[in-house]
Amino acid sequence: MSTSAVAVAGRGGLRFYQTTVGKKAVMAVSGVLLFGFVLVHMAGNLQIYEGPEKLNNYAKLLRSVPALLWGARITLLVMVILHIWSSVQLALLKQSARPVGYVKKETLQASYATRTMYWSGPIVLCFIIYHLLQLTFGAGGTPFQEGDVYSNVVQGFQVIPVSAFYILSMILLGLHLNHGLWSLFQSLGFYHPRYTKRIKGLAAALSALIVAGNISIPISVLAGWVR
Amino acid sequence: MKLILHIWRQANAAAPGKMMRYEAAGLSEDMSMLEALDVLNEELIARGEEPVAFEHDCREGICGSCGMMINGVAHGPSRATTTCQLTLRHFRDGQELYLEPWRARAFPVLKDLVVDRAAFDRIVAAGGYVSVPTGSAPDGNAIPVPKDDAERAMDAAACIGCGACVAACPNASAALFTGAKITHLALLPQGQPERHERALRMVAQWNLEGFGSCTNIGECEAVCPKGIGVEVIAAMNRDFLAASWAERDRVHAGA
Ligand code: HEM
Ligand code: FES
Repeated sequence: MSTSAVAVAGRGGLRFYQTTVGKKAVMAVSGVLLFGFVLVHMAGNLQIYEGPEKLNNYAKLLRSVPALLWGARITLLVMVILHIWSSVQLALLKQSARPVGYVKKETLQASYATRTMYWSGPIVLCFIIYHLLQLTFGAGGTPFQEGDVYSNVVQGFQVIPVSAFYILSMILLGLHLNHGLWSLFQSLGFYHPRYTKRIKGLAAALSALIVAGNISIPISVLAGWVR
Repeated sequence: MKLILHIWRQANAAAPGKMMRYEAAGLSEDMSMLEALDVLNEELIARGEEPVAFEHDCREGICGSCGMMINGVAHGPSRATTTCQLTLRHFRDGQELYLEPWRARAFPVLKDLVVDRAAFDRIVAAGGYVSVPTGSAPDGNAIPVPKDDAERAMDAAACIGCGACVAACPNASAALFTGAKITHLALLPQGQPERHERALRMVAQWNLEGFGSCTNIGECEAVCPKGIGVEVIAAMNRDFLAASWAERDRVHAGA
């Protein structure tokens, strides 16, 4: 190592969240809670295959206890804000940490998913915003009838660009989770030569499940199986 | 054997730099990458040109001085090999190579292929040590260390601080280096009293130096000349999180 004079900045005075490791822990916890929501949300939505009554009743049930509904909504909103806020800060740090790039740079083992986290995330965010506008607020430019979730979904997905954007977003969410679901273990300090491999496998399987389950809905609508 | 070398030339830290093309002839495949540069430099000196500056010391892969990007890969194409140990056998006669310095805000280029890695020294100075009372040396093996721990500590201690992990990381993160130093001491009994303090201080120093964050991509372990894996990053994260919790009483003390 080089031997120039060292000046050490004490304990640095950095608080937990001011460090990169602290921010990653926040991303991991918020990310895993968001994943939990995505999984349960998908399981609920797959009831579309059981007909309008079943799905609409489920939607009604979710709204039957306002305290729970708002508790969940606020928790999710806080998680989204934490997840995005920390990712934006880390993305800015990434920009500043290498001001001069390489003329030539090879990638040896980083997967496509890992290298696109800073793309897949923001596109998923755009999707979430449109998704809420369309199916919660009825402002997505597709037919909307308060309380008739089934028709809103079916009529919404009959619009090809809407379905296409939905499918693309789900694929990106799948990529995001393919990396995120194992990365969070690493961020929280768990690594094991045997189990990390299995966690990676599980992350791939769960993200594939999310993609397949969710995109089956617009595909079924477009194919006319669900109408 | 001949190589076409595109080399980053920069007169000093403040000067702008650029890639320059050289033809290095009269090489042998038994030479190391650094020896190829020696041959080129002799020719440059004979021509009255400024030789290419690069860092080196032991030339046997143990000091961590050498290192450069070779065709976009830190330390070149041979895994677990430093630049000084990389022989020209790995290249074709007449092959074009791009030689660039490590790139990171925390590693400013001093000249040509030489960067200032003092940031690493400051990370170590922040906590990569154990405090021992002076006096007569303690008995060897007075403190038993389980074999698995000793082996793992040794694996982490193999880090030579070359900076390849930072250079290869898309985030220019110092996570693998800092993780190796923290893990090395965290596994040993001598490292326990300062374990929490160490994790907090070294992570803070890594951040203050302007290195990036870790996104668990793994490019670092792929280029580490000592084959250190990302397990040390998880170990560091674990120690940092545990330490952040353990030091909670200091919040009231205002420290
Ligand atoms: C349903 C939505 C989302 C879920 C379930 C989710 C889940 C996750 C998980 C589990 C991680 C891994 C955290 C870690 O490595 O510790 C992660 C990382 C990440 N997320 Fe998300 N995320 C979502 C939405 C977003 C959005 C909207 C953005 C950006 C606007 C975003 C940006 C990122 C970035 C940049 C990372 C990588 C951070 C890093 O590796 O340092 N995510 N996400
Ligand atoms: S010169 Fe010492 S490791 Fe290469």
